Amino acid sequence: MSNVFIAFQANEEARPIVEAILADNPGAKVDRSPALIKIDVPHKLTIRRQTIERLTGQPFDLQQIQVNLVTLSGHLDEDDDQFTLSWKH
Amino acid sequence: MTIDIRTRTIEPLRPTYEHVARYIGEGKIPSRYEEATMGAQPSANFHYRPTWDPDHELFDARRTRVVMSDWYKLRDPRQFYYASWTMTRARQQDAIEANYQFVEQRGLVDKMPAAIRELACSVLMPLRHVAWGGNMNNTSVCAYGYGTTFTAPAMMHALDHLGAAQFLTRLGLTLEGPDVLDAGRQAWVESPAWQPLRRYVEDTFVIHDPFELFVAQNLALDGQLYPLIYDTFVDDHVALHGGTAVAMLTAFMPDWFEESTRWVDAVVKAAAAESDANRTLISGWARDWAARAEEALRPVASMALGETAAGALEDARAELDARLVKAGLA
Repeated sequence: MSNVFIAFQANEEARPIVEAILADNPGAKVDRSPALIKIDVPHKLTIRRQTIERLTGQPFDLQQIQVNLVTLSGHLDEDDDQFTLSWKH
Repeated sequence: MTIDIRTRTIEPLRPTYEHVARYIGEGKIPSRYEEATMGAQPSANFHYRPTWDPDHELFDARRTRVVMSDWYKLRDPRQFYYASWTMTRARQQDAIEANYQFVEQRGLVDKMPAAIRELACSVLMPLRHVAWGGNMNNTSVCAYGYGTTFTAPAMMHALDHLGAAQFLTRLGLTLEGPDVLDAGRQAWVESPAWQPLRRYVEDTFVIHDPFELFVAQNLALDGQLYPLIYDTFVDDHVALHGGTAVAMLTAFMPDWFEESTRWVDAVVKAAAAESDANRTLISGWARDWAARAEEALRPVASMALGETAAGALEDARAELDARLVKAGLA
């Protein structure tokens, strides 16, 4: 089984993104280091715009995650509503 | 000699303050909104009663007839605290600046038919005074209301009203010049068409109950005024008759109305869900003030829209009624 992962700077802007990932990806394992939050999920990780908007009560553009994004691994598939990492082509 | 650099994570003993933890649960990491808002209302050790109101404490939940076991239930779905609110409004300000630049560079104001420019001014300029009334009233809600989740967004809402008034002022200066502002004030205090609305605004100034004031201003009046003026009059009527520039320069208002509606609805919904007594009380206020606001807007609507005024006013009222039903205020 191979993991995909994504890491953000640990700050207020990244917080709802992390919470949304944990809510949408049941197998997610979160690792909180100083100033960095890394999330590992087996096979596939999805970030949904709708989930983030529900948490913050504000409109969210998925491109905003780039501001606090540190690193990621996996093949990326993204559109306006979701951002998915997996090892599938 | 080798130096081994390692990171050590130090777990804080408590993730937040006790007065915040009391509302969100022990051991949970609060959002900035929760940390800035929950448990912030002064509630004890007031010592002296205010000389201007000796029947109440300085901060007193009994100034309104609405009864809540916990005033922090009236949460703002937008989760605004000072920083997130100012950043949102700064972005909107930038967007309006860009619109101004667009309109000015292309000389769109001069390309507008003179009649539509005059109509836009005669309807929109007196509304500066209505927006100022909204500023006064929401400041009052903040001053006499209880619970930071309720009062803090009311203060931001008050300043948003001031922002709307300033956008209208700037619009008048762009369309015609300083004289149009005086003409607007003259119409506000003298023209028969504006007197019912002026009476409504001035009557709300003396409502003592902060929650009733909240309903009369933010729900009953703004809930009909904004759809009527900015959706129907500016975006449909004026824009269709060559006044797109006006719609561009007032773009903040419908956006802001749509956004703040979520807050207003959430507040009345949570308060009504608390008890049947609250529900009856708030429904009564909403019904009475909405009917008065509708009548107050009638002469303004017919000045703005002519023959289609009655239908537009009905639509605005229907929109408000649908919100009331959704908030559980049948």
